[in-house]
Amino acid sequence: MSTTETERTPPREPEAPRGVSRRGDTIFAGLAKGSGLFIMLALAGVALFLVLQSLPAIGASGENAYGADNIVLYIWPLLFGTVLAAIIALVIATPLAIGVALVISVYAPRRIARLLGYLIDLLAAVPSVVYGLWGRETLQSWVFPIYQWLADNLGWIPLFAGPVTTGRTILTAGIVLAVMALPIITALCREVFAQTPTMHKEAALALGATRWEMIKMAVFPYSRSGVTSAILLGLGRALGETMAVALVLSASGVITINLISSQNPSTIAASIALNYANASGIKTNVLIAGGLVLFVVTFAVNFLGRWLAARGQAKG
Amino acid sequence: MAQTTQTRPPGPDDTASVPLTKPQLPGWAPALAAVVAFGAAALVGLLLGWGVVGIVAVGWILLLIGLPAWSTAVEGSRKGTDRLVGTVVWSTLALALLPLIAVLWEVISRGAPALNATFFTASQSGVLGAGGGIYHAIMGTLIVTLIATVISVPIGIMAAIYLVEYGKKNRLSQVLTFLIDVMTGIPSIVAGLFALALFTLIFGPGVRMAVGGSIALSVLMIPIVVRSTEEMLKLVPDELREGAYALGVPKWRTIVKVVLPTALGGIVTGATLAVARVAGETAPLLLIVGTFRATNFNPFDGAMATLPVLIFSEATRGGLQEYIPFQLERAWGAALVLIIIVMALNLLARVVGSYFSPKTGR
Amino acid sequence: MTITSLRRAVLPGVATLALALSGCAASNETDTATGGGSDTEAAELSGQYTIGGASSQEAAQLAWTTGFTEVAPDVTMTYEPVGSGGGRESFISGAYIVAGSDAYLTDDEGELSDATERCSGEAPIEVPNYVSPIAIIFNVDGVDELNLTPDTLGAIFAGEITEWDDAAIAEENPDADLPSAPINAVHRSDESGTTENFTNYLDVAASDSWTGGVVETWPNEFGGEGAQGTSGVVSAVTDGQNAIGYADASQAGDLGTANIQVGEEFVAPTPEAAANILAVSPLAESAEENQLIYDLDYLTEEADAYPIVLTSYMIACPTYEDAAEAEVAKAYLDYVLSPEGQEQGANEAGAAPLESGLQEDALAIVDTITAGS
Repeated sequence: MSTTETERTPPREPEAPRGVSRRGDTIFAGLAKGSGLFIMLALAGVALFLVLQSLPAIGASGENAYGADNIVLYIWPLLFGTVLAAIIALVIATPLAIGVALVISVYAPRRIARLLGYLIDLLAAVPSVVYGLWGRETLQSWVFPIYQWLADNLGWIPLFAGPVTTGRTILTAGIVLAVMALPIITALCREVFAQTPTMHKEAALALGATRWEMIKMAVFPYSRSGVTSAILLGLGRALGETMAVALVLSASGVITINLISSQNPSTIAASIALNYANASGIKTNVLIAGGLVLFVVTFAVNFLGRWLAARGQAKG
Repeated sequence: MAQTTQTRPPGPDDTASVPLTKPQLPGWAPALAAVVAFGAAALVGLLLGWGVVGIVAVGWILLLIGLPAWSTAVEGSRKGTDRLVGTVVWSTLALALLPLIAVLWEVISRGAPALNATFFTASQSGVLGAGGGIYHAIMGTLIVTLIATVISVPIGIMAAIYLVEYGKKNRLSQVLTFLIDVMTGIPSIVAGLFALALFTLIFGPGVRMAVGGSIALSVLMIPIVVRSTEEMLKLVPDELREGAYALGVPKWRTIVKVVLPTALGGIVTGATLAVARVAGETAPLLLIVGTFRATNFNPFDGAMATLPVLIFSEATRGGLQEYIPFQLERAWGAALVLIIIVMALNLLARVVGSYFSPKTGR
Repeated sequence: MTITSLRRAVLPGVATLALALSGCAASNETDTATGGGSDTEAAELSGQYTIGGASSQEAAQLAWTTGFTEVAPDVTMTYEPVGSGGGRESFISGAYIVAGSDAYLTDDEGELSDATERCSGEAPIEVPNYVSPIAIIFNVDGVDELNLTPDTLGAIFAGEITEWDDAAIAEENPDADLPSAPINAVHRSDESGTTENFTNYLDVAASDSWTGGVVETWPNEFGGEGAQGTSGVVSAVTDGQNAIGYADASQAGDLGTANIQVGEEFVAPTPEAAANILAVSPLAESAEENQLIYDLDYLTEEADAYPIVLTSYMIACPTYEDAAEAEVAKAYLDYVLSPEGQEQGANEAGAAPLESGLQEDALAIVDTITAGS
């Protein structure tokens, strides 16, 4: 169910008759406007309550800040892990998503394309906790031998230094996140590709271009900002995902770029989900402060993504 | 999205229409290349004792080199590049569908054995090892999502009406549209923390309440409802509105009696999809709704079990080692039920969409 | 057209709503008392009570709250695993009539004073409800039995010893075929009483090799794999290679458990050995008459005591203003500490029963719970 913003506002705007049943109109218009304002208020409320509940965490240290000396030292490694896992997810998901979007919008015959679109949307319909369960129970044992192979053969790359003793690494978490970000990026890329002017595509083909040359010359130039925004929105999703990471990852809270060792960074969201049940007093505030940081980061990423999308559309 | 394929370039099967070009590979060439590549990889792999992963990887590399090479030899290098890209692109599709198939297979094969009558009618109350069911969690999920729906759908629809019918292009509606887009990206756990912070301020620390979960889910649901309703309202032709105005119908009655019914199919579809999207959310419910082993019908009092949280807690809960297999079986069974519910909602949305909707060209 | 299509949309919605609201209780839940032959006072009690505390007690408390329905069929007890801190907080605020904790109350953060205030100025009752041995679980190819001295154990978890065939390990296990492979030390990534008790032991008994102090959250600088919850540690050790971890012995399952050096002997984490550590340990200095709280003697030389244990306590008030609360609290603690209760905990949750003398002392304290002011 992809949505597009292609509809332009109609050239003429019909004016409602004036003077008839003004009161009903006023009330209804007020309700509609009130709902809109309420949504803005809710968004502001999210920020406000998070800030309010984070304030007591500023002075937390030691046991109250989960062993860190202060709140910044507590959140920083988690933020690192959050970004690392999301970047892994995007490195895996972006090429796949662009490929799948090309298949659906260019390569596949129409009927199959529609079916494929549904199938990819189904990926998005699977709840994240189920992906987490699958990653924890199944995927980690599948990737384990692959990690061993990586460590044995590519161990000189810092990313794959190992030693491999578990399948529950940040790379596995990244793979699961990639699966979850894939349908979002794919759907947005499909829309972008579909907006390429048909004339350009047909012109390219008429000049004897192969399909790939047509994509290169006609589709890609039009989609650059759209694809970037799709990636950013996928990033937003990967950054904030909780349960899959919480279930899959064996987190130590260290900062490392070694993707397949047993010592893995944790993520903000997973750390909140795992520690919340046992938290009391100031610790709750520390966790909420982590949530506030996550909120700010994802808000910024989504903001940028939407802004790029809007700008791309204004130009396109 | 698919109309672009109408303008497909002359493919191998259209040989007859381009008689003046270089020789082309027949239509079955890619299939033959794939069979040869994977066959060779399997043969060598079985002899040398590689695993399935190794065989597939080598076969894929063979195909990736072989088909373009063959094509380059027969059709020229431009065609060869095209074949290479085509192979890569189709491979990404196979790779993308792999997790879907794997997850569904795993959930069905491990979840199906758990399903029986007791599983759907009993709770976990008084159950220590085997037995019991997830009735309490199914009810909890229904109650929490129902309240979330009751909160978000009216607000979402009214906000969309404001955006499309009243706030056309004014400053507020522009800002609102943008914020709602950004809001779709709020991580679910942040929504949960918001509800938690709100309820902690009101009720004190350690509060557990199902309605808090509903509020968190509403934060996630409202933007989806607004976006889909907005799209649908924009599709309603202005002639309908003008017709109503011409008859002297006030604007609000026009919206309620003409615009909304016309867009109803799409609105219901959007709302159903939004429900499907939040029904599987775990993190916010984990924070504010908690988990409970017996049935709790009161959303304003105490913890309540929900399917996603039940999956999480059964998968991670400790206990006597002999009981762990039962907990895992329960988790997979609940996962299967949850997926069925979500998929059914998705299906329902599409059926409703096509049943109600006027021809909107979809 | 408009009305019918609206109705078409609304009707199924209303039907679903009605269906959801008319939902009846689950098939295994009954509102009426199931009766039963129990003719004790407890059978007269009724009501719904929520207690909570340490998540390490979740399995055991689940067994007891379930078993309690046979003693008091009309009482529904629910244990919320909110963590020791949260349990003490809710006990002090009055939300819980009884709390479970994996550490006794102290005045480090004023909790003991607050709890005293909650119990109308009287010192709160604190009794152990079970002792659970923290087993050092391992999964190493070709090794079935493992002996460790406290110092070696500390060095392994501090990341000082990194290979299984390290001289220190080999010295204590001359017969074992130790692989030349890296040690994967698994710890709890969440905050836990298990970690606190384990590091407390290391801090005292392995002070040479362990420098991390007593912590509830594992210090990052020592590395190792982090796993969530006891079940997470157990499955990480099971699924991992050459792994070692610490977890509640009842959940160790088929995994090997290391024997720890006590005095001259290597002791296995059996329930009996764990119960014995309380017998050789002194009561805490702050202990009042109605508090059976222990400062564990980690350096004991008693060869039949296993020193790495998690002592679980239950906290209650000596008097409750509400008579019903007093009776339910008393009846529940009575049940938990009774031979039947201890057996239920052992069978259904693997909670090591208290030694019988201690059990009687605890029951005598519980007997003093009264109502009224």
